[in-house]
Amino acid sequence: MPLHLYILRRVVFVIPVLLGITLMAFLIANAVPADPINANLSQRAMSDPEIVAAFRREWGLDKTLPEQYVTYIANLLQGNLGRSIKSRQLISDDIARFMPATIELATYGILVGVTLGITTGMISAIWRNTWMDATARTISLIGVSVPVFVLALIGLYVLHVKLGLTAGPGRLDFTMTPPPTVTGMYTIDALLAGQWNVFTNALSHLVLPSLVLGLFIAGIISRVTRSSMLEVLGMDYLRTARAKGLAERTVVIRHAFRNATIPIVTVIGLSYGSLLSGAVLTESIFAWPGIGRYMYRASTSQDFPAIMGVSLLFAFIFVMVNLVVDILYYFLDPRIRQS
Amino acid sequence: MTGGLVLVTVWIVLAALAPVIAPYNPLAQNVNDRLQPPSQEHIFGTDELGRDLYSRVLYGGRITIPAGLLVVIFGGVLGVAVGSVAGYLGGLADEGLMRLSELFMAFPTIILAMAVTAALGPDIKNAIIALVVVWWPAYARLVRGQVLKVKNQEFVEAAHCVGASRIRILVRTVLPNTLSPIFVMLAVDVGAAILTFAGLSFLGLGPDPTSPEWGRMVSVGVDYFDQWWTWLFAGMAIALMVIAFNFIGDGIRDVNDPRLR
Repeated sequence: MPLHLYILRRVVFVIPVLLGITLMAFLIANAVPADPINANLSQRAMSDPEIVAAFRREWGLDKTLPEQYVTYIANLLQGNLGRSIKSRQLISDDIARFMPATIELATYGILVGVTLGITTGMISAIWRNTWMDATARTISLIGVSVPVFVLALIGLYVLHVKLGLTAGPGRLDFTMTPPPTVTGMYTIDALLAGQWNVFTNALSHLVLPSLVLGLFIAGIISRVTRSSMLEVLGMDYLRTARAKGLAERTVVIRHAFRNATIPIVTVIGLSYGSLLSGAVLTESIFAWPGIGRYMYRASTSQDFPAIMGVSLLFAFIFVMVNLVVDILYYFLDPRIRQS
Repeated sequence: MTGGLVLVTVWIVLAALAPVIAPYNPLAQNVNDRLQPPSQEHIFGTDELGRDLYSRVLYGGRITIPAGLLVVIFGGVLGVAVGSVAGYLGGLADEGLMRLSELFMAFPTIILAMAVTAALGPDIKNAIIALVVVWWPAYARLVRGQVLKVKNQEFVEAAHCVGASRIRILVRTVLPNTLSPIFVMLAVDVGAAILTFAGLSFLGLGPDPTSPEWGRMVSVGVDYFDQWWTWLFAGMAIALMVIAFNFIGDGIRDVNDPRLR
């Protein structure tokens, strides 16, 4: 199958999923709470009949449920996710403001997680049942067992407060001025502006949260890498590869790892969901001004429309990441190309 | 795995006997003794209202362990019901139910649970309901696959021939032959359920702040970050509990899949 046809097929498959997500978010937002007005407007706004009437009109609350859904979709297509009770801003504006910080943290987090996860998983599979396997498995067990917020607190207390090895909460020291905004990601913007000291400072603030987030997903990635490698290492064609005198490194990397990548790439895509969940908990502890912290604040202040807006966004990102994973299969699995 | 079983047993015994072992009432405030570091009287120290943290951690197991178990049990039962109906009936019912499960899985776990709890209102019961809503699809998909494997085998046909009803065949003949991977998944999942419940509770979407629930205790303790004992012990309790359940889960999984040993 040619690449463009394959991509087109995957994209077509995603559309009903996206529609379904909006339907679920709609049902949770408008059908579950006893009174959507009560859930979506602040106390003060509720006492003003004009605001209540305007809200009813905007979301079509006096119409039937299917008609309300159409209004909801129409609003969504215009980027209208509603208005936050707490910040009183449009949720779409809030998201645009807080998103770059999360993208930056998530990117570093996934780099740490994938590197650590694949390395420990490979080590455990290749040197199975040795002390190296035991150590690697312990790291992955900690990654999947210790709550990410506890890991964050311990890391912050030991590495920052006690040892002073890493920077504290926030994206920059208080004395620093953020670099001129281009992408909103401080490390990139600082490099673009040639501000070396801002770059190193931003990086020192990223170390701890991205380690915590990375360790959280490394556990899952490491486990899948190990089992997927073990499965491949037991195959006959590996014995053949060794028998014909290939170096062990070639056997492991070219013959085994390449065939073990599909489940690994799948789990990296799926662990993006954990990454987004983890971001809520990590950002709340590191005072990281991103979407996760926004979601945390929304949840502690019962800011219902903001919670629903971010949920929809996260589900959308998750589906898109897994669409990319599907497309990657095309390059990883020759069977798809030839079918 | 034995280590995991021992640890879990210890935890359950500690939680069950909390009223006997705990040196203090977990809710009793003593403002004169607030934020005391660990000492002989208070081995885990005291919190911002002078409550004994050791007693609170002991009592915490009485909330977190049942919550985690309830989530996987209800999620498992719901998933088995949906998945077996989908697999057994096939056709349109199968398509519909499986697409539905995919939608639930499109939301990251904590995020969907946060949305549901926010809609229902934060308390323990609603946090458990929210997690069941998040939990069932994985089971539904597993069971469906198993039912598809089993339903065309000869002994199912034999049951048809002797005139058993469809419901009877599904419940008595097909389901029992699909259960072992489900039990493996249940065992592997308890740790994750406890972890997610604690996360929700840390976010303020579970029990109220006075409750001696571990996740909630950590979130209250964060406000007194420099007094590390206010958050560390409750946090370690969650970690040790989840490690114990994961040990058991891993053990059971390895027994079922010898390649991983």
